[in-house]
Formats: sequence, C-alpha cells, structure tokens
Amino acid sequence: MPLDTTTPDYRRDTASHPPLAWPDYRSNALRTPRRPLTLLPQRLGEITGPLLGEERVGPTDNDLTAGHPGEPQGQRIVVSGRVLDGDGRPVPHALVEVWQANAGGRYRHDGDRHPAPLDPNFAGVGRTLTDAGGNYTFTTIQPGAYPWRNHDNAWRPAHIHFSLFGTAFTQRLITQMYFPGDPLFFQDPIFNSVRDERARQAMIATFDLASTVPEWALGFRWDIVLRGKNPTPLENEDDDDD
Amino acid sequence: MTEPTLQTTPSQTVGPFFAHGLDWADGAFVVPEGTPGAVWVTGRVLDGAGVPVPDAVVETWQADPDGRFDHPDDPRGAVRREGFRGFGRSATDPEGRWGVLTVKPGALPVSEGGQEAPHLNVSVFCRGMLVRLVTRIYFPDEAANAADPVLLALTAPERATLVAAHTGDGYHFDVHLQGERETVFFDL
Repeated sequence: MPLDTTTPDYRRDTASHPPLAWPDYRSNALRTPRRPLTLLPQRLGEITGPLLGEERVGPTDNDLTAGHPGEPQGQRIVVSGRVLDGDGRPVPHALVEVWQANAGGRYRHDGDRHPAPLDPNFAGVGRTLTDAGGNYTFTTIQPGAYPWRNHDNAWRPAHIHFSLFGTAFTQRLITQMYFPGDPLFFQDPIFNSVRDERARQAMIATFDLASTVPEWALGFRWDIVLRGKNPTPLENEDDDDD
Repeated sequence: MTEPTLQTTPSQTVGPFFAHGLDWADGAFVVPEGTPGAVWVTGRVLDGAGVPVPDAVVETWQADPDGRFDHPDDPRGAVRREGFRGFGRSATDPEGRWGVLTVKPGALPVSEGGQEAPHLNVSVFCRGMLVRLVTRIYFPDEAANAADPVLLALTAPERATLVAAHTGDGYHFDVHLQGERETVFFDL
C-alpha cells in the first residue's frame, strides 16, 4: 500500500480571515500580492510543524507585570482562555507568544514615535505553553489605545498580539485580541478587515468575573480556535467507542 | 456523531512592533553554528515598488536531511535529530534582509507517487499584511526539482520565483510581495 502522506487534512477556513487586499489599511497597498494564490496540497511538510516546548518558556514569562524592579502602571488584568482546534479539541502543550503596548499606548520599540511615556517596569512581551487541556493564562496590564497615520485621526483599539503554532504548519496563526466595548472599533481598518461578523466578534475577549482576582486584577476570557482537521478513518473508529 | 465545527479565529497583522515579542536570540538557527553541512539561506523582503520591507518576519519549516520530521502526525513515525529544530525565524533588518542557518532537507515522499524536491516551507508576516503569506524555497542544484509536483503545476516564470540562487556560503532568496517578479504564494 502506498504511503498516505495527505492525512490529516486541515479544513479550509478562508471565510474567517481578512482578504489579502484591503485598501482601507493603507500600507497594504504595496505589500499584498496581486496574483491569485496557488493551491498547495497538504502533505508531510504541511501537516507537521514545530512543536516548541518548555525550553522556550521561563517560569514567569506569562506574567508581564513581573521581571522589573517595580510594578507597571495601569489596570492589572488576567487574560486566560483555551486554544482549541476547529472541532473543539484542546491544543495542549503549544507555544503562545504575546506582545502589547503599555497602559499609555506605547510599545517598547525604537520605531514607536507616539509621545506617550515608556514604562520602565513594562516590556510588554510574554509567552507560555498551553496545559494538557489547552488552557493558557497571562497576567498583564490593560494596554492603551494609540494613534497611527492610516487615516485622519486614526487610533488603534486596545489590543494584545497573539502568535500561535498549534501542531501543524497549516495551523500557524498571528492575530490580535481586543477588549469588549471599545469605542474605536468603528474606525479601525484592521479590526474591520474581517468581513464575517461572527468571526470579527470572536476577536473580542469577554469580561469574566470568575477569573477576576478579588482586590487585585480584572479577568478577561478569550478562546482561540485554530484550523480543524477532517477525521482520519482511524479516528472515526475511535469515535464509535464513545 | 459530528460535532459542530468552530470558526477559526481570524488572522490579524503582525503590526510594526512585533520585534520585542517574536525576536528570539537563536531564531535564525535551525541548526547550531558549526553543524556539518550548515548553509545560510538569506534574502530580502521587497514590496511592490521594490522597496525593502524592514518590518517583516520570515519563518521556515523543513524536514531534516533524511526527509524526516520529529512529529507524531508523520505517518512514517517521528524521528528526532539532535541539534536540528526544523524551524527558523528571522525578522528583517532596515534593508529588508533576513536569514536562517540550516541544513538542506531531504526529499519527501508523495502518496500519489514520486516525491517533493528538497524545500523549505516559508511563512511571511509584515506590517500591512493581514494574513500570513506562504511560499516555498527550493534549491538550484537539485535534479529532483524537475519532478516536483508543486513546481510542475506552475509556469516556468512562476517556478523561477521559488528557486533560490547560490551564494558563497549558501543560498539567496528574495520574497517579492508584489509586482513584476511577484513570488508565488500558496493557499493551503
């Protein structure tokens, strides 16, 4: 029997994502391909991917308020949730990387010219591994909104950048988590590049009293869904045992 | 029983300030320096006007020199190779340059028969792009390129955008995001 190098196959999820070309986002104009994409069958190099583990994550890397002489300025928050695949299966032991602006809306980056103060006690970068149930938690501060030059009086809604690997090259995802009730959504071309209403709303975290730590930090919940895969015949048999 | 499928979380841009979040001191090293057979695969990311993109991040994923992966979903079994991560990550510098130190991967079997020629799978993220761009880097000195099913499905000029050039210490591969020499990008 020939080697079957095409399973598992990850379902297409094009409808969730922004289009390639999105002129409202000004810097997209010269950076988006103009030719149609070429379909790439999912073979060995696509169904596998880097399984980056413990060696990349230090014990306090998921606490962005730690590691400095003092406490950072701003509203302390705990962001937690699950990393799932498209079938609701947890993605365990997977690397999650985050970065964000400080409470004043300033990134610790040479290119950030927003005249808001840097916070000596906040670098704005964190990483963690999901646990066996796909759960992750970060302790950080609420990032501020910041201005940019995309259009007249443009401001980015507050957000935290998330980078995820899942378990396959096919599942790689870089996205942003937003906060509920942000008044800046309506004018943000990045948030609004997601044309599917339900998918767009899924980028917004939920305030969560259960994970709010009394007298210490507000809790937000945000689940992240990576691409799901069509079951292999073997997995079908397993399902019958349930 | 079929469970309802969940909608994938949408992709968003990596933005201009990813450097402190995604920069790893060892990011460029798919293999450590001094690994026998190690080569630098370097290049630039260029926009539609040919201007270098200084805020892109290039990631590579590849098989080891025997064409194996340390991964449970490989039906041939996972094979761990000491000192080989398979994954590289490099942010572009102010001139749009990136690079990874790696070893050439082996060819990969294809279930329909034949094989994929040695190649790197590549993800490109940058400010201005809302989704990941996926491409491949093939090597100029591989006879197997002539029978690679992915290359064969392309026209000759398209194919040329996926083949690196020789340099003194390795290979050079420019990613043209747009324009006359636009790189072939994949939908997978």
